[in-house]
Formats: sequence, C-alpha cells, structure tokens
Amino acid sequence: MYLTARTRLVLRLLTLLGLAFLYAPLAIVVLNAFNTSRTYAFPPTGYTLHWWSAARHSSAVLETLKNSIWAGVGATVVALVLGTMAAFGVQRYTFFGRRSVSFLVVLPIALPGIVTGLALRNVFDEVLGLPLSIWTIIIGHATFCIVIVFNNVQARLRRTGSSLEQASADLGGTGLQTFWFVTLPNLRGALVAGALLAFGLSFDEIVVTSFTAPADRHTLPQWIFDNLSRPNQAPIVNVVAAVLIVVAVVPVWLAQRLTDDAAGSRF
Amino acid sequence: MAGDQGLTLTTAPAGTAPTGDDLGRRGALSAFFAYKRRTRLALLLGPPVFWLVIAYLGAIAALLLSSLWSIDGFTEKVVHSYGTGNLHTVFTDATFRAVTVRTLGIALLVTVVDAVIAFPMAFYMSVVASPRLRRILVVLVLTPLWASYLVKAYAWRVLLAPDGPVASVFGGTPGYGRTALVLTLAYLWLPYMVIPIYAGFEKLPRSLFEASSDLGAPPGRTVRSVVLPLVFPAIAAGSIFTFSLTLGDYIAVNIIDSKTQMLGNVIYGQLITANNQPLAAALSIIPLLAIVLYLAAMSRTGALDNV
Amino acid sequence: MRNGHRLLRTLAASLTVALLAAACSSSGGGGSTGGTKNRKVPNVPMAKSLGAGEGEVNLVAWAGYVEDGSDDKKIDWVTPFTKQTGCKVNVKIGNTSDEMVQLMRSGQYDGVSASGDATLRLIYGGDVAPVNTSLVPNYKTISSFLKNGNWNSVNGQMYGIPHGWGANLLMWDPSKVSGNLDSWSAVFDDAGKYKGKVTAYDSPIYIADAALYLMKTKPDLKIKDPYSLTSKQLDAAVALLKKQKANLSEYWSDFSKEAQSFESGTSEVGTSWQIIANTINGAGKTTVKTTLPKEGATGWSDTWMISSKAQHPNCTYKWMDWITSPDVNAQVAEYFGEAPAQTKACSHTADKNFCTTYHALDANYAKQIHYWTTPQKQCVDGSGNDCTDYSTWTRKWQEIKG
Repeated sequence: MYLTARTRLVLRLLTLLGLAFLYAPLAIVVLNAFNTSRTYAFPPTGYTLHWWSAARHSSAVLETLKNSIWAGVGATVVALVLGTMAAFGVQRYTFFGRRSVSFLVVLPIALPGIVTGLALRNVFDEVLGLPLSIWTIIIGHATFCIVIVFNNVQARLRRTGSSLEQASADLGGTGLQTFWFVTLPNLRGALVAGALLAFGLSFDEIVVTSFTAPADRHTLPQWIFDNLSRPNQAPIVNVVAAVLIVVAVVPVWLAQRLTDDAAGSRF
Repeated sequence: MAGDQGLTLTTAPAGTAPTGDDLGRRGALSAFFAYKRRTRLALLLGPPVFWLVIAYLGAIAALLLSSLWSIDGFTEKVVHSYGTGNLHTVFTDATFRAVTVRTLGIALLVTVVDAVIAFPMAFYMSVVASPRLRRILVVLVLTPLWASYLVKAYAWRVLLAPDGPVASVFGGTPGYGRTALVLTLAYLWLPYMVIPIYAGFEKLPRSLFEASSDLGAPPGRTVRSVVLPLVFPAIAAGSIFTFSLTLGDYIAVNIIDSKTQMLGNVIYGQLITANNQPLAAALSIIPLLAIVLYLAAMSRTGALDNV
Repeated sequence: MRNGHRLLRTLAASLTVALLAAACSSSGGGGSTGGTKNRKVPNVPMAKSLGAGEGEVNLVAWAGYVEDGSDDKKIDWVTPFTKQTGCKVNVKIGNTSDEMVQLMRSGQYDGVSASGDATLRLIYGGDVAPVNTSLVPNYKTISSFLKNGNWNSVNGQMYGIPHGWGANLLMWDPSKVSGNLDSWSAVFDDAGKYKGKVTAYDSPIYIADAALYLMKTKPDLKIKDPYSLTSKQLDAAVALLKKQKANLSEYWSDFSKEAQSFESGTSEVGTSWQIIANTINGAGKTTVKTTLPKEGATGWSDTWMISSKAQHPNCTYKWMDWITSPDVNAQVAEYFGEAPAQTKACSHTADKNFCTTYHALDANYAKQIHYWTTPQKQCVDGSGNDCTDYSTWTRKWQEIKG
C-alpha cells in the first residue's frame, strides 16, 4: 500500500467531512428531543425532559414498535430462507438464465416503493380479495429484503468456493451434515449481516408499508409519519428517533464483529 | 469432478453409488439427491423464483394491466373497459413529460453527488484506515440508516432554515429549494453508496498502488487511471440504489421542496388525490421503464456482481 | 454470462416498443368517461332506530377532534364518552381530505369528520349513509345555516351532523409585513411585494381560493360560486395560481410545517387556519396576525358522517350526539380554534368571548365563507351541467406545480 502522506491526509479530511455531513442532521434530531418548542425552533427555545416522559407513556409508540418488530422479524426470516436458497442456486450451479435471477432479485428494491406498494395492494384487493394484515406487511417487506440476504450470501459463497464442502463429502459427511457443520458456520457472518440489514430496511420502510398495512395495525414509521405534522406529537417523534439511533449502534456493531471478512456487508 | 461444479458430493465409481444401507438412515436423503442435480436446483430455486416471478412480477403485470382501464367520470369508480387512453396521456401530456425529465435529472445529479462524497470515504476506510478503525467507520456509516427517514428529512428543514445552524455557520442558506432537495436526497442515500464502493475497494489488490508509483505515477494519476476503472463497477452498483430511491421519492420532496413536483408526487396525486388508479398505474410505467433501462445499462459494467 | 444481458435488453426493448405503439395510437376506452347524465346518489339505507352500543367505534378524524388525553392530559372528551356509552374509541388521524376519502373507501371505519371537499365524494361513492337526524337529539340546536348545505346534503336529505366550522384566514408576520392587510391581493396580485415569502395551501381545493378572488376582482368572468367553475373560469384561476407560484416560498399541507415556516422566517404571509396562528403565538418565538379579508374566504364546515359499511352504527350515532353536545362541542371548538356548530356551546366555553371572536352565531359572517365543497360536473350551485370536476382540478393542480 503505497500512498503519500499528503494523499492520506486529504482522504482523512474528506472522510471526516463526510461523517460530519452524515451526523449533523442526527445531532439536530437529538437536540429537538429536548427542545421545548413544538415546531423545531432553532435555536431551541428551552430545554426539557417533558417529551421523554410523554414518549414513555405513549401507548401508540409501544404498539407500533411491537408491530414493526414483528414485521421486521417475519420479513427477515422469509428473506433469510429465500435469499439463501437463491444464492446457493445461483452460485453453486450453472444454468440458463442465471444472470436473470440476479436481475430479478434486485428488481423489488430497485423499483420505486410506490410502484411496488401499488402493485401489491392491487393484487391483495382486486385479485386475491385478501384483507390487509400483518402478513401482507411481511409479504411486502420480505420481497425487497430477499436481495439483501442474497447479495451477502452470494458474495460469501463466491469467495469461499466449494472445496471445503467437497472435502467434507470426501470424509463421508451426508449433505445435511456438510451443510450444518461446514457450510453454515462459514456463512454465519454473511447471514448475520444480511439479516441485520434486511431488518433495518424493513424497520424504517414507510412507502410500501402504507399500501400494505391494515387500518388497525400500524408500524413505527407510519406512526412517525402521522405525528411529525402535529405540534403536540412532533417532539415525541424526535425522542423516539433519538433512542433508535443510539440503540441501533449495538446490533450494527455486533454484526461487524461477527463478519469475519473485512469486506463488511452488502446491500 | 473438477469440471462439474454442480455436484457437492464426491463421485464414487459408477455401480457403487452410496445407498441408504451403506450410510445408515442419515444418508438416505443425500443419497437420493446425489445424482438428481436438476431436482436439487429446482428445489433451491423454486420457492424464491415463485415468490419473485409469480407473486411479485405477477403483481407488476396486473398493475400494468389495470393501467388500461378507466374511471367513470361521475362515480369515480374503476371501469373494466380496456383502452390505451391513459398510456396516450402519460406519454403526451406536457406536464408529465416535464416532471419525468426533471425527476431523471435530479436522480442522476443525486447519484453523482453521492458518488463524489462516497468515493474518498470508501477509499480511506478500505485502504488507509487500520482494521479496528475500519470496523468503527463501517458502523458509523451504517448507523444513520436506522434513524427514521422522515425524521432526517425534517431535520434538514431545521438545518436549512433562514435562522438555522447552516445559516449561522456558513452565513447563508440555500433555503427550501432545488439545492436543498438534492442535498437532502443525497444525504439520505449516502450509506447506500459508501458500502458497495467500500466493498469494491476491498477487492482491489494493494500491490497495484506500489506498482503504479514504481512506474512513476503521482497519486492523482494512480487514482484516475488505476483505481477508478477498477472500482467503477462498485460505483455503478451503488448508483442503482441512489438512482432508484430518488426516482420514486415523494415524501422528502414534499418536506424540503414542496414547489417541486417529482414523478412520485404525480403518481401519488393521481392515486390518492384524484383516486384515479388506472392513470396512476399508467404513470408507474415511466419509473418502471427507467429502472429496467438503468439496470440493463449498469449490468454491462458488472455492477450486478458488486451490489 | 451473456444470457442475462440479452434477456435484459430484450425485455427493455420490447417494453419500450409496446408502450410507444400503445401511446401513439389514438385514445380508446382508457381515460375518463363522461356524459351528461345526472348523478344519482347510491341507495344506502338509513338507520331507523338505535340499539345498544357495540362496545367500540372506529373513527377517521382531523387531528384535534378526537382527543383522549394522550396529547395533553387535560384535553380529553373521549374517556367520559366511553364511560357513559361503553363504546371504546379508536381514531385514525387523516392529514388531508383525500386521505380520509381513501380510508373511508376501505370500509374499515365507522365514522369520519369530513370536510366539504370530501363529503360529496363519499356520498356519491356510496361510502356513507344518510343520517337520521331524529336519532341525534343535539342536532335540533345546531346552527341553522349549517343544515342542508350543498356540501352535506343531497335533495334535502342530510348526510351528516355538523361539527364545527371556520375560515381559511389570511395570516401575516407584522414584524416583516407592515400595515393591516385586508385583502387576498396580498397573495395574488400584490404578492410581488413579498417575493419568495408567500405561502399557499397544497391541495387542488386551493383553486377555489383563486376563483373566489377572481369572483370579486374580475366580474366579467361571471364566477358565481368558487366551486362551480366552467373550463374557461377554471383556466383563469389556474393562470392566476401559476403567476402566484413565482412568489411562493413553499406550499404547506400540515400545520406543523406552516408553523415552522413562519417561525423560521421562510414565509411571511399566506393562507392559514386559526389554530396555526394560535400555535405560533403560543410558542412565543414569533407573533402573527390574522384576518378574514374583504373578499370573503373559503373555509371548512366539517360534518360527522357514518359509513355505509359501519360495523358499529349505534356507537357511531352515540358519538355524533356526544360530540355535538353543548359542553363537548365547546371543548373541541376551543381546543381546535374553530366555531362550534352547536349554538348552546357558547355558554360552555372557558373563554366567555370565544363565540364572539369566532362569530359562531353570526349568520351574516358565515355567509361570507364559501365552505369546501367537492367540485362536480353537475355544478354544485345548481347552475348547470358544464362545470369541472375534482379530478380535472387535480390534473390542473399538477399542471400548476409543473
């Protein structure tokens, strides 16, 4: 690695600027969680902990948080299963239309949420007559989460190759034993990274959710959307967001620890 | 053995294929599938393909079909009579055309801005930073994705207000207009650009830097002629996210720059405000087409392997 | 390896070709079918009598109408309702009339506090049932000028119980704008004086505000009702709004945004609601003044309607009677900042001058307000069948925004 000291300095500076850019709005969010003003006045008109206690007592926050977690877990599980299967299919076999699968898998996340949401709701309402429920939310989220797991697992499979698996078979392992004792541990990092990103994506999603969620079960982003425009509730939203930021560091950090290779995660 | 990538079990001499008796009951399943490569493939790909093709693509197809229907002028209910009137409107109406061009322009601009900001960051993270710092930086880049998208957009309103922090620090603020919009959208999708480029840098052989400087190239030249071409597929991969996320956005636009109308707003307006689902479905064809074309273009650069 | 590229390219190419072919062909059946037949109201049965409460009721409402203490412990008229009737209240806040129409169409809600730009869509869409006013005792003492309006009734049949009303006022920041404004010219013809600091409401219904202004300033256009516009009249209003856009800071659609807009100095003058002025003045960072301009104003008269698919009709009727009872109607009117529909509420308000400030009992003042009404092809003021409808207004609104 041969780079001049000046190059390193420039890169370091640019990275710091980039990080400042990334965190300036988050600082505002945390600030507004303590702001007495109900309409984001800057500089803050005063400081208070009132919104924190209001958030703690808000039944709506807890309810929608629960729904978001359920939807996220459901979508992640489906994405893990389907994404891993697809990654194995594409990576370990050659067949006609192999590239098309990559394209197909990326499509749900590439198409605008409003198109995906509209299409899914159209199917639920007109074609299937399926009432909206937590399951329709999960279906919507899982569809664009599959690609996250797929990409992470595929990248990992590409790097490790199948030699270990062949060795295991040579030593007399059955398909299932090989998968459980050799393949899966190798994939652990990719699966965790993929699962975490998929969960995060589902947790913050608002557009597709607004089309696939039933009237009586809303997710946290929907609650945020409904309440950011109401002066009495907007600061509570900031409290919730501030808590989310702080809490999120833990799983993100854990995922990085568990990913053995330095290439990190894939979208 | 080496030639057939499909099998995961070693081949035994024909005629002595392992049977259930040989391996005990545990091996029965593996033995059954040992030579049935196509079945295994079908079982592996079946469920995901079913989900994506039948369910998802089917839903898209149904949507496109509904764009051929119409709305009864009096009851505002959908009438299942087929015709291409909506498609005609979508491609000839001056307003829709202007909005499309504008949205594509903004999407490309946001992509470029994100690429410019993300490139040096990913470069530093992968090539210069120590392994421990690298992990910390990746965490720092990924964490903002967990803060709600809506809250971040409103935070930009506060930042760019005439009496806000940006005005105090820089002496002025672009206010709530096109500049603010590009800035906010670029901000929202930045992590989606940093991570793929970072992964792309990880694949770059470090010896190239030394080789390049041995051949006499200054750092700028190395970056331009060696690093950039090799990392470009990763940049293209990141651009898929920034482009598509901007193309469909209608919420952040409303918050930061309500005087600007983007494709998402027009679709939303026809769907929710005018309750004209067929026209909204017809309008969705524009971003659908744009994304398919963009993906086709990006796949040529190898982006789909780098996502 | 080439499979994928070929597939993609073929897909993209064929899609493009097919669409271009379809688009270039002349318009067939797709689009909007019209006609001159008179609109028929769907036959939805009306409740004849009330039974026992069903235990819960699902409402769609504007923020501030259905308060249960979760926003502010002192603001709660839902808990006493539940105690008295046993009906648990679940409320979904609608941010715009369009959202409310969508929600009611889903059939999952029992009642809605609909503004006039939603009511007719719901009535003609068969999404709400006519209301049997004899089942709502408090209806008798509601202001008479709110009954049988062309926004809440058809052929003499009421489709809801009036809740409250108010005007879209002209609001300005006196520290930035000198003088006492008294005309909508501040946001139209004279908007250039406040270039880049004017704000407007982000909805196609705002076209009516422009039409109202033209009604008074360009009488040769012969506009009689801001919601009954012929194509020519609509185009004139659209032209006015396109001119206005150049002077706008931004559009607003939720009241947090407008409050922040004025407080941060982004906007200095524009259309607003009393509650927004109250919020800004209450926060103390900026002060604003409001007025009902001399041309009159558009406004809202909200009506509680019952869904044609209501699962809990008895609780819904009980709610409609509760929210229009003197004490409760006074509470909600004071909290929200609008005139109560219930005449008896005026003796229950905490501020003894409340009804005077809001002109609650002043029929003449109310006459100057042109309540939001959904524009129809069949002119809502009964003047003919050649008016433009809401979906046309929406297209025009998108054209204005450009």
